[in-house]
Amino acid sequence: MEEKLRQLREASLQAIRDAGALDALDAVRVKYLGKKGELTAMLKQMGGLSAEERPKMGQLANSIREELTAALEEGKKRLSEKALEMRLAAEKEDVTIPGTPVTLGRPHPLNRVISEFSEIAIGMGFTIAEGPEVELSSYNFDKLNTAEGHPARDRQDTFYFDDDDQVLLRTQTSPVQIHVMETYPLPIRIIAPGRVYRKDEVDATHSPMFHQIEGLVIDEGITFGDLKGTLNELVHRLYGNDLKTRFRPHHFPFTEPSCEMDVECFKCHGAGCPVCKGEGWVELLGGGMVHPKVLEGCGIDTDKYSGFAFGFGSDRLAMFRFNISDLRLLFENDVRFLEQF
Amino acid sequence: MDLSRDWLNDYTTVTVSDKEFCDGMTMSGSKVESLSVTGAGIENVVAGRVTFMSPHPDSDHMWVCKVDVGGPHDLTIVTGAQNVSVDDMVPVALDGSKLPGGVEIRSSKLRGVMSEGMLCSLAELGLDTHDYPYAIENGIFIMREPCEPGDDIKKVLGLGDSVVEFEITNNRPDCLSVIGLAREAAATFGTEFRDRTPQVKGSGDDIRRYLTIQIDEPELCPRYTARMVKNIKIEPSPAWLRRRLRASGIRPINNIVDITNYVMQEYGQPMHAFDYSCVGGNKIVVRRAAPGESLVTLDGNARSLTPNMLVIADESKPIGVAGVMGGGNSEIVDDTRTIVFESANFNGTSIRKTAIALGMRTDASGKFEKGLDPEGTIPAVQRACELVEMLGAGDVIDGMIDVVAAPHVEKTVKLEPDKINALLGTDIDRAFMVKVLEKLGFTVTGDTIHVPSWRSDIEHYSDIAEEVARFYGYDTVESTMIRGKTSQGGWNEKQQFENRLNSLCQAMGFNEILTYSFGSKTAWDKIRLPQDSPLRQALIIQNPLGEDRSVMRTTPMPSMLEIMANNAARRNPSVRLYERAKVFHPLADSPLADEELWLVLGEYGAGADFFQLKGCVEAILKDARVQDTAFTAESGEAAFHPGRCARITAGGETIGLMGQVHPTVCQTYGLDSGSFYAQLNVAAMRAHQGPERTFTALPRFPAVSRDIALVCADQVSVAELVDTITAAGRPYLENVKFFDVYKGAPIPAGQKSVAFSLTLRAADQTLTEDHATETMNAILTALKEKNGASIR
Repeated sequence: MEEKLRQLREASLQAIRDAGALDALDAVRVKYLGKKGELTAMLKQMGGLSAEERPKMGQLANSIREELTAALEEGKKRLSEKALEMRLAAEKEDVTIPGTPVTLGRPHPLNRVISEFSEIAIGMGFTIAEGPEVELSSYNFDKLNTAEGHPARDRQDTFYFDDDDQVLLRTQTSPVQIHVMETYPLPIRIIAPGRVYRKDEVDATHSPMFHQIEGLVIDEGITFGDLKGTLNELVHRLYGNDLKTRFRPHHFPFTEPSCEMDVECFKCHGAGCPVCKGEGWVELLGGGMVHPKVLEGCGIDTDKYSGFAFGFGSDRLAMFRFNISDLRLLFENDVRFLEQF
Repeated sequence: MDLSRDWLNDYTTVTVSDKEFCDGMTMSGSKVESLSVTGAGIENVVAGRVTFMSPHPDSDHMWVCKVDVGGPHDLTIVTGAQNVSVDDMVPVALDGSKLPGGVEIRSSKLRGVMSEGMLCSLAELGLDTHDYPYAIENGIFIMREPCEPGDDIKKVLGLGDSVVEFEITNNRPDCLSVIGLAREAAATFGTEFRDRTPQVKGSGDDIRRYLTIQIDEPELCPRYTARMVKNIKIEPSPAWLRRRLRASGIRPINNIVDITNYVMQEYGQPMHAFDYSCVGGNKIVVRRAAPGESLVTLDGNARSLTPNMLVIADESKPIGVAGVMGGGNSEIVDDTRTIVFESANFNGTSIRKTAIALGMRTDASGKFEKGLDPEGTIPAVQRACELVEMLGAGDVIDGMIDVVAAPHVEKTVKLEPDKINALLGTDIDRAFMVKVLEKLGFTVTGDTIHVPSWRSDIEHYSDIAEEVARFYGYDTVESTMIRGKTSQGGWNEKQQFENRLNSLCQAMGFNEILTYSFGSKTAWDKIRLPQDSPLRQALIIQNPLGEDRSVMRTTPMPSMLEIMANNAARRNPSVRLYERAKVFHPLADSPLADEELWLVLGEYGAGADFFQLKGCVEAILKDARVQDTAFTAESGEAAFHPGRCARITAGGETIGLMGQVHPTVCQTYGLDSGSFYAQLNVAAMRAHQGPERTFTALPRFPAVSRDIALVCADQVSVAELVDTITAAGRPYLENVKFFDVYKGAPIPAGQKSVAFSLTLRAADQTLTEDHATETMNAILTALKEKNGASIR
């Protein structure tokens, strides 16, 4: 009996080691440990042994069963791992195949530039003001120190809705300055992006409708130096600190002193090229100290307060920013264009 | 304004390089647009004397010339021109020379004879007979200019002058002149400005014997100054004068016309010369045109005049449109004997309006419209007479008529250095300020600044601050940050709402478009807008750029459809687009508009269908927390498919529309009929926005889910079924999810099968089977009773 048990142990452990798959391993378990298994059968025969041998053989058989059970468990773990490895190997994908496309919509490049600029200005303490596009002449012109008879008021430059030229499509975002000065508490720090309209035929650089961003700061002790500092900061945050700027005298009816700000040509970085007409500089925006007549017209005490204003064409800015050659592309809205931004 | 630097040097000697000159002027406020050099492109062309000519041995029309160009031996040059003779001085393009337009000349054989260069015509040098009236157009330029063989042709012809084009701002008409720019240049470069008073000798006689002048409209013509010249000899002007005009972009005509143009360019004061013999009644009247009057102007066009226009007239008829153009009836011609020089000051606005009304903006009107120096009339007319004497063009009659209808009043401004420094953020000393002002022609006595008559733009200390800052240097002013109270920047709630819609549309794959705010009335017909629709009430632009841009849009639909159609025409297979579009409605109680913002979605192509677009709209409404929304069938909107259009409401109020675009509308626009469109009124959405979301505890007990398939009549809407289920399912029904609708066999005709997935849950315990069954029974009973729907 003892000999038989020992042989069974050897044979079954060998069979476990030889099993190459889970089902084969299970067959081994059934063969030895199943209800009709060989070890089970031998345990059943224990009753026929002498009282002396029975506990000894019983102990041996039980220890063999424990050993077998452990070996089977271990074999199962080994074979499961092996099976997983094989499955994973079979599931290998070509990871260079493109992913399932996700279509994201894009902001219009012009609005992207406007939001970028707005976020920068907000970071500098500005809020965003808005004003009507159908506007009164008094806001678009008179209150901006642009009296009756000024060429900008001509019907060949401005769209009007009435015979008396009192109601128009605003030609600039500057009237928002007036609305803000008339209604906001001081101090003021706003930008105002928006649509403006001038009677220009459509070509590569003109459109009867385009966009501007206006800026206005009114506070005690605001200086021309502050205008320079603020504009430099805005432009540097937009285009990077390395961009050189310069300020030139200019004329606007509603600012005095007035200036234009040039930036180093984006294309040639100052060397001179067709984009900057060889100058090395590109005109970016206009600004100046708010004209005392304008402040007074809005009821602001010019002995106490001063301010600056600036404005620029955001379409131009977008064209520079994205190297867009023709303004018309902005309004054609071809998806092949829109998807590029 | 084109400025000749050679001319500028008459008034101030600026010797810096062209680049330094342009940079300096730009930075002090006279913006340089471009720089060119006369005769640019001409290289290695010299004067040559023809010493010998013989016919070409192998040609019946060419000549072989020997030409002395100052070298050790004469060159052999072949020419086809027939106007050359021995001893003529001609321009010779040497071997390796360059001519305007990038032409290069090399020695080459012409019919077997080696030609060592080329004799040049005027055109080949970039000139014409206006520059050299004695030369001929089709032939070699036989020069009468004093020169020696070998002289550089640019020197001989006075070429090589630098011409600087300035962009002069509207407030500085004084800088539309050589003298004005000289004053700026002197202040910029610290050179001396040499003012001079023209000297006229006169020839006796008295202008009062010849002429009277009367101003009827003092407001439109504050001043009219005239002198006269007799014994006129009309001939070409001398080369130096023609050259300067040419450099300034003005075509030389004859001595008298050239003098008026020369003075205009030098002094900025437009002048006109009338043929005295044509001034009827020996009288000049400055008056408004009479109704029905007309005049043929110098350009040969007949002009109908109106009483809004100022004319220069004789006793009976107009002889010029004031400040714009003279009349053909008093033009200077070759046999003109006596002339009247007009040097007047006109109201700028009146001149501009007249020029626009007549469709002819001239050099003169362009200057007048900006408002000229009222004290500038006398120096200009004196300069013209001085030039007449210098050129020997005639005898200047003694005396001058100077009618001052509205005298100029000198302006003064207080010099306030502290205020100027406070405005600029600088610490500039008073002496510097005074120096700058004096350089520019201001005088300062004590604290009073006397503004020169040509600076009508100066009124206020801030104007003085700009003058000071210009020459202190805008770039020298230190950049500073605003020192005031820091302020909190940001978007307001409305803007944040709009920004969120923007991000949402992009996340759903819509590309943003921008379209014009104005369009055509025909767009209303294209979208089948009913004739009585209130959307046909629009703001109309009175002076539009054509009918198709004449109406402020009242609906955002046509713009979207147009852009979709443009994309379709360019064969873009599918598009998803959105726009934040403003529309404009007239207001009853205001001339302004009700400006209304819409969120507009449009799509066609792959995957586009009604329910996909509806899903997007629903997502937007959900994200925007629009409360109590509903989609109801809408068959009355003519722009849409009558069976595939939904009115979108919130709290019962319409906030938008969506659907498939009507096939007829699609056809009109050239769109595929599978085009879908939605519009949402942004303000209305905001008005129905619910409160900010707060946390709801996650369920603690499991849910039971039951799927049901119902059969009901076709006309019963899914919304009705959902309403019934929701009402009957209380309190355990948590969610109803539609997942399928089916028509066709085996479902009988006129009926459909609709499938829902229901979620049941109790808040306080695990839902019992009994409760679930009870709820389902209640739901099914209600569906049967209310909607005639039974379980399939």
